[in-house]
Amino acid sequence: MEYIVEAKGLHKYYDTVKAVNGLNLYIRRGEIYGLLGPNGAGKTTTILLLLGLTEPTSGEIRVCGFDPRKEPLKVKRLIGYLPENIGFYEDLTAWENLYYIAQLNGLKGQEAEKRIKEALYEVGLKEVAHRQVKTFSKGMKQRLGIAEVMFKDPQFAILDEPTSGIDPEGAHQILELIQKMNREKGMTILLSSHLLYQVQKICHRVGIISKGQIVAEGTLDELRIKTLTEGKFQFKVKVKPLSEDLIEELRKSKGVIDLRKEEDFLVITSESDIRSEIAKRILDSGFELIELRGMDYTLEEIYLRYFQEV
Amino acid sequence: MGGLWVVFWKELNDNFSSRRFLIMFFIICFVAIASSYLSAQNLSTILEQYPTEFVFLRLFVTPAESFPSFASFLMFFAPLLGVIFGFDAINSEFSRRTVSRILAQPLHRDSWINGKFLASFVTLAIMLTSITVLIIGLGIALLGFPPEIGELGRIGLFLGVSIIYVGFWLALGVLFSILFDRTVSSALASIAVWIFFSFFMYMLAGVIADRLVPLGPKASMEAWVKHSYIKEVVLKFSPTTIFNETISAILIPTYKGVGIIALLSGEEIPTSPLSIGQSLLVVWPQLTILIAMALICFAISYAAFMRREIRS
Repeated sequence: MEYIVEAKGLHKYYDTVKAVNGLNLYIRRGEIYGLLGPNGAGKTTTILLLLGLTEPTSGEIRVCGFDPRKEPLKVKRLIGYLPENIGFYEDLTAWENLYYIAQLNGLKGQEAEKRIKEALYEVGLKEVAHRQVKTFSKGMKQRLGIAEVMFKDPQFAILDEPTSGIDPEGAHQILELIQKMNREKGMTILLSSHLLYQVQKICHRVGIISKGQIVAEGTLDELRIKTLTEGKFQFKVKVKPLSEDLIEELRKSKGVIDLRKEEDFLVITSESDIRSEIAKRILDSGFELIELRGMDYTLEEIYLRYFQEV
Repeated sequence: MGGLWVVFWKELNDNFSSRRFLIMFFIICFVAIASSYLSAQNLSTILEQYPTEFVFLRLFVTPAESFPSFASFLMFFAPLLGVIFGFDAINSEFSRRTVSRILAQPLHRDSWINGKFLASFVTLAIMLTSITVLIIGLGIALLGFPPEIGELGRIGLFLGVSIIYVGFWLALGVLFSILFDRTVSSALASIAVWIFFSFFMYMLAGVIADRLVPLGPKASMEAWVKHSYIKEVVLKFSPTTIFNETISAILIPTYKGVGIIALLSGEEIPTSPLSIGQSLLVVWPQLTILIAMALICFAISYAAFMRREIRS
């Protein structure tokens, strides 16, 4: 497995505050990794460490195969970064802002112009390319930031809270752009956010960060099983009519560990996936099966559960 | 190194299209035209009575009745000029939240600050040079004859020293832009330093001299000499005084230093004008101090910026 980020035992102390405290982070090439945590958990500090914008107190980091402390420029050439609350030179136009960044990356002339033009088209800012950035809304600035990452065409993009402070429509557009970059260009993406719904929607893997450490990591399904059901399988059934006899019968079925009533539903916990057996049993006993589905725990439930325990 | 020039051209472009450049250029143009016009008029009446040498240089140093000469105007105005182009160099990038975006690009931190400093420095140098050329042109039109080679050399030196002087204040402004997070604080701090050196330094020098050598009504000659000596030594710590002495020596060929220190050290006081080389020799220490101060300011800014945490 090829990792684009390998960080081991990272520590970063600001005076007495432990912003990052023994963090381990591995991001695979080609995935969208969601870094999830409440404000002040150490997300931004972690990102600054990866970029080499701040020095770790201790620990090992490799990004795209380089150590950002020793070879910061090599890393910065390969990374695209969208900071939280992005700012531009307000008196310059969108185009001029991007062209400056292009020049700093050693791009110029037609090549730079072509790339910027394409990126502005992708994010839907082509029409306003020659307007001063001070006339832009927050969402437009954010999309301009995405365009900046796009035209640089990096191996690895770090997006810090890309949708914060943006209306749902705008946030949706941005998430689609992020997925597109990942799909079409194979860009590895680190997405930091405290908005669970969005992370859930586009990330392949999620890491939950708390007090400067990754406390849980994996795909959404893995996290679900690990944190909520302690490795057990869980699903809901809706039956008509709901009689005590049936409940007793189902409780005695093979593999059922627990059965409880939750409003109109029966929530069944089992060792393995026994949904079809349960369905058969209900129908055989002459009851009507209205609904049967797996528990769709959202990331929010996992997240809350986690921070309640801590 | 490529990054430095990208930053340089961008900042230069910003400077020339900025409002502050227009305002500063307008003020300095106005003063240059007014002061050289008035002193040219003054000069022509003097010249009829006492024909003298180095008429062109007097265009820079002869004040009109109610208007300062260009040289003394520059002494007060140059600090403001330098500071205005430097005070928000770095902290405005923080408040605009552009700093992490720029530093995430393949650009060395020192290229960034060097490029910014250089761009403002070149802007100021261009401004001062064009003003000087303007004054020379006006002088030719008003006086009716061109400057001599020697005079041109001295004017060139004057320009060089002025640019270094402005460079010192620019470096100070840049330093404050790194030390203070908010542009307002750094602007106030820069202006405070400017006012201190321009006005309070004289009072401070007086107070220190009074403390060390109290002058009673029956003070001896010796005490008086010592008193002024201390005062002058204190004033030598002010870049404003240093600049004033330097340009006086350059623009007034008969100048050999002022005050008690010059009197005590000079065994003989010839009245004939010094050659340009001799004038340079007189101001060499001051010139060195001026350059050193600018470099120290820049070195501190550099060190402070390289270790600055980027968290915005």
